[in-house]
Amino acid sequence: MQAASSIGTSLDFYLFVSFALFTIGAIGAMTRKNMIVLLMCIELMLNAVNLMLVTFSTYYGNGDAQIFVFFTMVVAAAEATVGLSIIIMAYRNLKSIDIDMYNQLKN
Amino acid sequence: MAKDLTLLLIIALPLLGFAINGLFGKKLPKTIVGGIATAVVFVAFLLATTLFSGLHGTQIVKLFNIINFDQLQINASFQIDALSIWMTLIITGIGSLIHLFSMGYMSHDEGYHKFFTYLNLFIFSMLLLVLGSNYFVLFFGWEGVGMCSYLLISFHYNDAQKGLANSLAGRKAFIMNRIGDVGLLLALFMILGQFHTLEFLTIGKAIQGDVALQGGAMFFITFCLFIAATGKSAQIPLFTWLPDAMAGPTPVSALIHAATMVTAGIYLTVRSNFLFELAPFTKDIILYVGLATTLVAAFMALRQNDIKKVLAYSTVSQLGLMFVALGFGAYTVALFHVTTHAFFKALLFLGSGSVIHGMHEEQDIRKMGGLAKLMPVTHLTFLIGTMAIAGIPFLSGFFSKDEIMAQALHHNPVVYAVLVLAVTMTAIYMFRLYFLTFHGAFRGGDALKSKVHESGLSMTLPLMVLAVLSIFGGLLNLPGLFFKNAAHWFDHYLSHGTFGLSEVHNAHLDFNTSIGLMGFASIIAIGVMIWAYLNYAKKGAIAKEDAALNGWERLSAQKLYVDEIYHAVFVKPLLALSDFVGKVVDVQLLRNGVYAIADGILNTANLTRKWQTGFLSSYLFWMVFGLIIFVAYYLLKLSVWH
Amino acid sequence: MSLQIISIILGSLTLASALMVVLSKHPVRSVIYLVITFFFITAMYIMMNAQFLAIVNMIVYAGAIMVLFLFVLMLLNLNKEVEPMNTRGAQLAAFIAGGSLFLVLITALKDTLILGQTYRQQDNNIGLVKELGNLLFSKYIVAFELTSILFIAAMVGAILLAKREKQIIE
Repeated sequence: MQAASSIGTSLDFYLFVSFALFTIGAIGAMTRKNMIVLLMCIELMLNAVNLMLVTFSTYYGNGDAQIFVFFTMVVAAAEATVGLSIIIMAYRNLKSIDIDMYNQLKN
Repeated sequence: MAKDLTLLLIIALPLLGFAINGLFGKKLPKTIVGGIATAVVFVAFLLATTLFSGLHGTQIVKLFNIINFDQLQINASFQIDALSIWMTLIITGIGSLIHLFSMGYMSHDEGYHKFFTYLNLFIFSMLLLVLGSNYFVLFFGWEGVGMCSYLLISFHYNDAQKGLANSLAGRKAFIMNRIGDVGLLLALFMILGQFHTLEFLTIGKAIQGDVALQGGAMFFITFCLFIAATGKSAQIPLFTWLPDAMAGPTPVSALIHAATMVTAGIYLTVRSNFLFELAPFTKDIILYVGLATTLVAAFMALRQNDIKKVLAYSTVSQLGLMFVALGFGAYTVALFHVTTHAFFKALLFLGSGSVIHGMHEEQDIRKMGGLAKLMPVTHLTFLIGTMAIAGIPFLSGFFSKDEIMAQALHHNPVVYAVLVLAVTMTAIYMFRLYFLTFHGAFRGGDALKSKVHESGLSMTLPLMVLAVLSIFGGLLNLPGLFFKNAAHWFDHYLSHGTFGLSEVHNAHLDFNTSIGLMGFASIIAIGVMIWAYLNYAKKGAIAKEDAALNGWERLSAQKLYVDEIYHAVFVKPLLALSDFVGKVVDVQLLRNGVYAIADGILNTANLTRKWQTGFLSSYLFWMVFGLIIFVAYYLLKLSVWH
Repeated sequence: MSLQIISIILGSLTLASALMVVLSKHPVRSVIYLVITFFFITAMYIMMNAQFLAIVNMIVYAGAIMVLFLFVLMLLNLNKEVEPMNTRGAQLAAFIAGGSLFLVLITALKDTLILGQTYRQQDNNIGLVKELGNLLFSKYIVAFELTSILFIAAMVGAILLAKREKQIIE
């Protein structure tokens, strides 16, 4: 671990932020019942991971991780699109976006 | 032709007949089916005679290898020596005669081709038994003849009245045979353990080379072999199947239960003579079991009223006689009696078949009588057979029985006395049978009398051939009293041709004792014949009806209640046990047990199904949980590592 | 020194707005807070000289995806509903799980050896468009082409799914 004076620009700090973001996103995904908010929390988690990847890329001087982030964003965009259209369809069916109403996989 | 090729042909021909008749028999005409079956056996007989004439020592023909490990080698190989060729001659010779007889006898039967298929299969198995050069091939043939016996006894399983009885008789024969087979298997295993091989010659040479043997091993081996012989050759306690086996067609009784299969036990003992010579205690057991059997069976035959049953008990009794000879170590004498017994017993059975055929399937002698004029050829041949078995002088049975009695007198006079009793009983019941069947008034009713006829040539020709053999069969082994040069030919032939028998010497009595013995036996036989003639023919005594039997007669007629005793002691508890297992163990343990397991799984599944809530948040929760575990695991692993 | 203070401020503000995303009752407000979070994350990218990614993050995420979210929210008029709360037990379980996750991750952070150095701005050119472009079009060209297919699939899927089913007029 680095000295306290350089803590702001050290690797650990950004990792810490990334972990915290991820945890917040996880808690939000488990807690919230609104489907759209759920999707947003997932996006939050993805961004936390992106942050971690960029951090590592910077500190190791390796560009591959940033390319990975690029592709992650691509996939996240596609996934958000399709996810939202699914939500629209689901809303049409049940007139609600409460995640607990969609438990037909039960048992 | 080369000897090994001849041998393989001898074995292959009946198999070929079996295959042809089995596959195509239904479509071929009856004469062809019977003709093929008889022809293959007869050609095998001719080939066997060529082998017999060119016999020179022991020759082994190896066919292929069955088991090939380092410590264990078992080959499908066959042995040409005096003993096996002699047995082959008997099997194929008498077999072909019986095949010829069956062509006429079974001509009205709709299972004609099936019958000849089974007969050929039987001949094949029996040939395997006697021609094998090791215990393995012998065992193969042993099982084969057991199976064929079962198939042939219950041949008429479809019969409206007696179908069930026939099947039960077949089943009884098979099961009792099986009990003996256990003995054979045990003996085989023990032989393997001792000698690491199953070949006769190798074992014999090992014994002669004084290989170190465990003391008790010989006794157990020979005892188990004797159990096997008991099962096949119908000795006490495994003899009750033979009378029941008379439910099969008469040619079957003649071939299997008179001439061939029942002699398998004796063949086994003679083949293993080098083993039995090392176990005198077993030989004693054989002696006394044979003695008891011959006596008990003769007693049971005294008051039987079915032609075939009398002959069946007679077979059991004669087999007991052969085992007595074996018990004295007189192997060649026993085999001589096997030969002559094959002749006259086959003759008697075929004759009875002819009688039954003429009487339109009636087998009770209380309904016969006076058939001498109605069926002359059958009558004459049957008389010759009866005289042979009773021991009338100079017929074949006289010489062979006399040899056995001589052995008995030499070793143990008490046994001799008991044998005299048994021989007397033999003469009594045989002549009773003869006179009640062929003399006196016809008791079957006039309607039947008009239909009684002599049988055709296909049936009478074998009878005549066998009658000739029964008369002159004794020439094979004349005692050394007359014709010193030609005497004991069979003894010499067998002893010098079979391994181990040259070590065993039969007792030879001196001149005076022999003459006395033969004279005494003749007196008994002729005396009984005269008594029977006076009693049945002149006085007109007939067999009593069942209600009129007095004490000992009832015991005899009811076969000393042995069947009933067996049923109560063995069959009933076994049935009760199987009932118990079927109702209690099977239901409770297995069925309910399996159901309990299935129920348990179902309940577990019901429990775990509650996990599938369908709520996304709980799924996410478990995912995070899993992730925590994952990371924690790697952390711990790394920290422990450091 | 000042860089560090900026970093710390940025970090804490990011976490604060993320927290508001999760805790806010109105969905639209959650979206707004998420946009703010993205802004701060972009700032952190710039701090690390990942220029290309910062711009892309802004345009794609804050610009396109969040707008999409807002559109859907407005379209379906979901702002008015107050969603029912989870049971206390479920909430507690969620918090504990999340907390444990955080603890485990921090422990991992502490226990593992980080071979990185202090960030030095002068040396770091990786995030520039030129370098990334080189890498993208040489080593990862195949993946790049495949993303076009991915987008077509996503577009077709989204349109098909959201299409209104034709009513059968009897």
